[in-house]
Amino acid sequence: MARIEINKLTKEFGSLTALDDVSLRLEKGQIVGLLGPNGSGKTTLIKILNGLLTPTAGTVKINDMEPGVGTKKIVAYLPDRNALPDYMTTDQLMGLYADFFEDFNAAKAAAMIDDLGIDRKQTMKKMSKGTKEKLQLCLVMAREAQVYLLDEPIGGVDPATRDYILRTIISNYNEDAVVIISTHLISDIESVLDDVIFLKEGRVVLHDTADNLREEKGESVDQLFREVFKC
Amino acid sequence: MEWNFKNGIPIYTQIIDEMTMRIASGSYEPGEKLQSVRDLALDAGVNPNTMQRALAELERRGLVYSERTSGRFVTNDKGILDSLHEELAVRYFEELEDKLRKIGMTGEEITGAVNKWLADIK
Repeated sequence: MARIEINKLTKEFGSLTALDDVSLRLEKGQIVGLLGPNGSGKTTLIKILNGLLTPTAGTVKINDMEPGVGTKKIVAYLPDRNALPDYMTTDQLMGLYADFFEDFNAAKAAAMIDDLGIDRKQTMKKMSKGTKEKLQLCLVMAREAQVYLLDEPIGGVDPATRDYILRTIISNYNEDAVVIISTHLISDIESVLDDVIFLKEGRVVLHDTADNLREEKGESVDQLFREVFKC
Repeated sequence: MEWNFKNGIPIYTQIIDEMTMRIASGSYEPGEKLQSVRDLALDAGVNPNTMQRALAELERRGLVYSERTSGRFVTNDKGILDSLHEELAVRYFEELEDKLRKIGMTGEEITGAVNKWLADIK
């Protein structure tokens, strides 16, 4: 059984088709790059996997369950914008995560938060945009989940932090989990990816391993992306 | 140690090449224990599956071996290391020859240039 199985998934918003007949199977033990330009359907797909949106047609299964209460226990989700109460301090947010998620590893979160120099007593409201993003990522990655859905995890942070985040993803690598990273900053993450999915106008135009693509096309995933999505 | 990856070549083959060089040059010593797959992956900034695939290939080529409980080691086999040096020498000579041919030198001229070079460095 695949960890994630998506079958003929379509999502429409009125007359707009955000996802168009998407079918994917993702096995455990993989780090998957969900790549596509703005408006290609990346966030919509992630939100459906997380149960925040419902499909117009087709099915989505995580561990053979439809997204819902059962899957939220095993899915760690980093949204593309802040979804946490920003009047809370770092310590309080860690408490919140510990209350909500059985699989939250507080010691791991604390270690990451200290590594990145995030003030434990500071409220989120007073943090810079980048620090907010770092904190959310620490909380999400500190869960011992089976699926990680990371929507643009490296968009707003400096290059040194970006390296730290990628190292965190590698060191947290777990044979039982699947990590899905949506981004358009491909060159930064391509060495970390097993599989690459290109989304274009709501359709999967390519799904292969990163190394196969490099071998067959003789270019980096980033170069290939620039070709496929040339404006 | 720094790892730099080029575009357009699978990362696992680049890891194989880099580790082969490290073994050949002695920066990984014969018999040395290698770091765990995860630590090597972290060090190189690559996916652990990719590192695993590269190590499996190095093992197949006899450059590293694993011991079931204690980890992975660089080979101690002098024969393997010697033939690795020979292989690398051939590869570098090929590259050199290729470049010299591109600038229009004949086989004879190349031999002459190589002999002169060797005489000079003695």
